[in-house]
Amino acid sequence: MEIGIKECIIAIVTMNKEMVSSGTAPTFYASNEEQLERLALLVAKTTRGMVHDLERGTYIIVKH
Amino acid sequence: MDKHFITIGISIIMGVIARTYMMRIDYRQYPTYPQAYLSHFTLGIIAAGLGAVVIPAIAEKEYVAVTFLAMAAQHFRDVRSLERQSLDNIEPTELVPKGTAYIEDIAKTFEARNYMAIITATITGFVMYIGELLEYSITIRTILGIIGGVMIIVFLHKLLETKVIEDIADVKEAKISFEGPILTIGNIAVMNIGLKGSQKVFMQKGIAVEIIPRDPNATAILANAGQRQAIQHNAAIQLGIRKDIDEPDFTPIARRNSENGNVVMAIVTMEPNVECLIEAVRRTPILESSKRKPLDSYVGKKVDDHK
Repeated sequence: MEIGIKECIIAIVTMNKEMVSSGTAPTFYASNEEQLERLALLVAKTTRGMVHDLERGTYIIVKH
Repeated sequence: MDKHFITIGISIIMGVIARTYMMRIDYRQYPTYPQAYLSHFTLGIIAAGLGAVVIPAIAEKEYVAVTFLAMAAQHFRDVRSLERQSLDNIEPTELVPKGTAYIEDIAKTFEARNYMAIITATITGFVMYIGELLEYSITIRTILGIIGGVMIIVFLHKLLETKVIEDIADVKEAKISFEGPILTIGNIAVMNIGLKGSQKVFMQKGIAVEIIPRDPNATAILANAGQRQAIQHNAAIQLGIRKDIDEPDFTPIARRNSENGNVVMAIVTMEPNVECLIEAVRRTPILESSKRKPLDSYVGKKVDDHK
């Protein structure tokens, strides 16, 4: 039996500088669209999470 | 030589044949390795042996001996939990999990197959015993026993035959599109795929199907999450999925249209062949645990009539 946290936001990757993390998930800021995509991919690959698009330049990475 | 020796021998052989007959690689893709074959074959021999001695024991008025059948039942229940445990253990290693309902179904099947060996051996013994009472020669008794055994194998095989999706629903191709980041199949939102790269892969190589249930019974079956998980697993195993553990984006998800009960599923396979996907979905067995028959109930019928 594998034990771990599921259905949990691991990280927020955003271009919106006004977004402030409430504390549970780290926030990564990207300066442009390309970097946003790249950052999201890197965090997702490292954590085996899935990238979800919240639109307007914000991605969240969720462990399913 | 003991007078029951031939009866017991033939019964065991028939029982083992019954078990071996069911032990080919089928849709479950399990067991696929030699060790599992050997262990199930051995258990089959034990089961057949137990079934074979029932009639001779009764014939000898050794009624107490029959009580060991209770012990046998306990033992084969253990087979079920053993199977369940081992499949549960390898579940995290599957790219697309089987799901607990499918595992339970497989475990149940393995238990039932051992009972099949017991029943076949017992019936064979019974037929041969009748032959003995009628004072037939040993050759005729053997032939009668074999015929009886084969008949019961065919009968049980028919009885245990599982229905497949094809019997309850139509499967047809569906189109994948994206509504913003949401993967949509035929107007049903399936999941949010953030990465542009993954979206591109889905648009280029993704194939999708829509499963349309034929009646309320079928709708209820397809609503079961375990059944849908089994469909996902079968499609992924049989077509070969284009995915690794760190790519959850490509996990096939079968979503239900809550308006009409249709189920849609998209998958990215090694070879994007939609015909094969349709075939794989059609041949997915209907799990025992997901079987529902609302039409058999008074209220279910009434609801259906008022539609």
